[in-house]
Amino acid sequence: MTLCRPRRFLILIGLILFGVGLAFSISTRLLAQAAPPLSVKVGFLRQEHSRNTISILDIPAPDDGFAGAKLAAIDDNTTGRFLNQTYSVEDVALAPGQDPVAALQTLVSHGVTLVLADLSAADLLKLADAEHGKDVLIFNTTAPDDSLRQQDCRRNIIHVAPSRSMLTDGLAQYLIWKQWPRWFLVKGSHPSDELLAKAYEHSARKFGAKIVAEKTYVDTGGGRRSDTGMVQTQKLMPLTTQNAPAYDILVAADEHQVFANYLPYRTWDPRPVAGSSGLVPTSWDASMDQWGAQQLQNSFMEHSHRLMNARDNNAWVAMRMIGDAVTHTNSNDPKIIHDYLLSPHFAIAAYKGQRLTVRPWDQQLRQPILLTDGRTVVSASPQPGFLHQTSVLDTLGVDKPETKCKFK
Amino acid sequence: MPAQKTGLRTNRKFDPMHFASPLRAAALVFCVLPFVLPRPASAYTAYVTNEKGNSVSVVDTEKLATVKTIPVGQRPRGIALSPDGTELYICASDDDTIQVIDTKTLKITGNLESGPDPELLIVSHDGKYVFTSNENNNLVTVIDVKTHRRVFDVPVGVEPEGMAIGPDDKILVNTSETTDMAHMIDLQSRKVIANILVDARPRFAQYTPDGKELWVSSEVGGTVSVIDPVKHVIKEKIRFAIPGLENEAIQPVGINFTADGKTAFVALGPANHVAVIDAATKKVEKYLLVGQRVWHMAFTPDGKYLYTANGVSNDVSVIDVAALKVIKSIPVGQLPWGVAIGK
Repeated sequence: MTLCRPRRFLILIGLILFGVGLAFSISTRLLAQAAPPLSVKVGFLRQEHSRNTISILDIPAPDDGFAGAKLAAIDDNTTGRFLNQTYSVEDVALAPGQDPVAALQTLVSHGVTLVLADLSAADLLKLADAEHGKDVLIFNTTAPDDSLRQQDCRRNIIHVAPSRSMLTDGLAQYLIWKQWPRWFLVKGSHPSDELLAKAYEHSARKFGAKIVAEKTYVDTGGGRRSDTGMVQTQKLMPLTTQNAPAYDILVAADEHQVFANYLPYRTWDPRPVAGSSGLVPTSWDASMDQWGAQQLQNSFMEHSHRLMNARDNNAWVAMRMIGDAVTHTNSNDPKIIHDYLLSPHFAIAAYKGQRLTVRPWDQQLRQPILLTDGRTVVSASPQPGFLHQTSVLDTLGVDKPETKCKFK
Repeated sequence: MPAQKTGLRTNRKFDPMHFASPLRAAALVFCVLPFVLPRPASAYTAYVTNEKGNSVSVVDTEKLATVKTIPVGQRPRGIALSPDGTELYICASDDDTIQVIDTKTLKITGNLESGPDPELLIVSHDGKYVFTSNENNNLVTVIDVKTHRRVFDVPVGVEPEGMAIGPDDKILVNTSETTDMAHMIDLQSRKVIANILVDARPRFAQYTPDGKELWVSSEVGGTVSVIDPVKHVIKEKIRFAIPGLENEAIQPVGINFTADGKTAFVALGPANHVAVIDAATKKVEKYLLVGQRVWHMAFTPDGKYLYTANGVSNDVSVIDVAALKVIKSIPVGQLPWGVAIGK
């Protein structure tokens, strides 16, 4: 008996250990098969964009921008199906004058910690400062202001939309490659047109173009539609562009769409137009079909019954960045997502022919700039021959040595 | 149920099915053929799909020249031969079909019922089934070659592309470009049994000839993930660096293993190079300069030469596998994409 006891005891211990081991192995197997469900709640805060566009093709649809986020949420959910992750995006379209901070706080009360913002620079800063130090990460899908990436940069904003300087550098590189270095710059009279003109002046200095003449086209108010408008426009545009010194291309800086789209084929001298019309630098165009982009265009058309514009696309990219970060970190914590997006592990495929990453010094998404005439994509910058020691994409916009961004 | 029907008939020791793709199974058959039949050793035919040319270039590997151009459907991309070499299958992506070409007459003889926008296809080792990825509806389609009809679909991630078949025809692998996963599909249950997260935009999958590893290239991520196909985990990631070339330009796509499984060749897209990798150590031994925007590749059946389809330069590069040298560029049609080589 005394001999048996330890044996029995050992058998008992053995059985217990075996049981524990079995339970453990089963539980880990179950865990591996079905991760705990993870829900990712995203908010989409947007302003109303002007319907006063020169071309009726540019009038924003009711779901402008949001449709891109919605499509990416479908893509994210397809991936999420395999990982037990679900994504939702809540649309909040602000009425003119509505307080964006209050709207954001309502979203936060619904459990939203990731926000796509199609807002002005001023509204973005209001949001960022209201949420400073809190658990919210903002994705800027529209505002091109360089100030948001420079002196007014904020730690809690990731810039998905390209900056003005990235857009103007993208066009400048192509015009230099094309050997059209003499520019006639015509700018609008709104403050944002002035900022855009400044960006073109900087790009010209950066890449060796020369602005041979500069002119302001004053917005005197009024609408865009009329039954006989083209008769007057046809006479007005040649006069506006008369008496310019010899130039290769007219560059228009007109973010408010007051005159630029009237310029092509109406300039005094027979010259091409670029900038806000003609050959336009942008992050996306409905005619883009390279690098697999037709897949995205097709599914956007299928879901939204219209063509995808740059705002839609920026929102799609932002929502896919969130999906990618959640997939790889298995977390919906905005801090973990933020860290991942800035880490060397992050790279997003966005049908631009190469991986897109985030510049750590100003949290701007690195991306090629498409040049489109509205019918096809004519080219994509960076252009061959513009070199950089780390990434040729950093030849576009403000590079690390020039950054004025000091995160608060 | 293809898994039941595709049982192996040959002795395991002589089993040509342990090769990763029908091409390589065909390669073995054709390695032996020259010794059996009185025919010149290197007179093979390479078929190259020209994505923009809507054609297939027929290249004589002895003359090292394009000898014929076959007009096919719109946007031809994925291409593969039946194991017996009698039929050529081509994904005519924009015609939403797979075309069948008789390799004797070089005429289109029919269509296989794919889903919308088929991009890549592979053939089961026994030649009975064609598997294709349909980019537009997020499905992998299994097609019966005899009836030309669809047998079943399996839902996968967004934008399915890369396809690989396990050595015993039981596991099908698909990579989805936007979901960034390799999906392992059990053909018997017709279910996805594992999803392995890889780097961005996985475009191609290939088993090693012994079936012990699954290699998946990520075009945008710039890596090749080496996966344990049994444990469903990534064992290792292969990275690339070419002096003087920016990182973003390195975009791995096609992967081909030599029949002995010792060496892997990886096409690096706009980097215009093919990486030569020691499959055991996973070290990149050499980068071979080929034409511009290299997509997919195929060995000649004797394994002596590797042909690469170069999208932007409208040519194929011929690599001498033993010497690891590019010996020739052969002009083909507009924007060559895929290549298959038979007798």
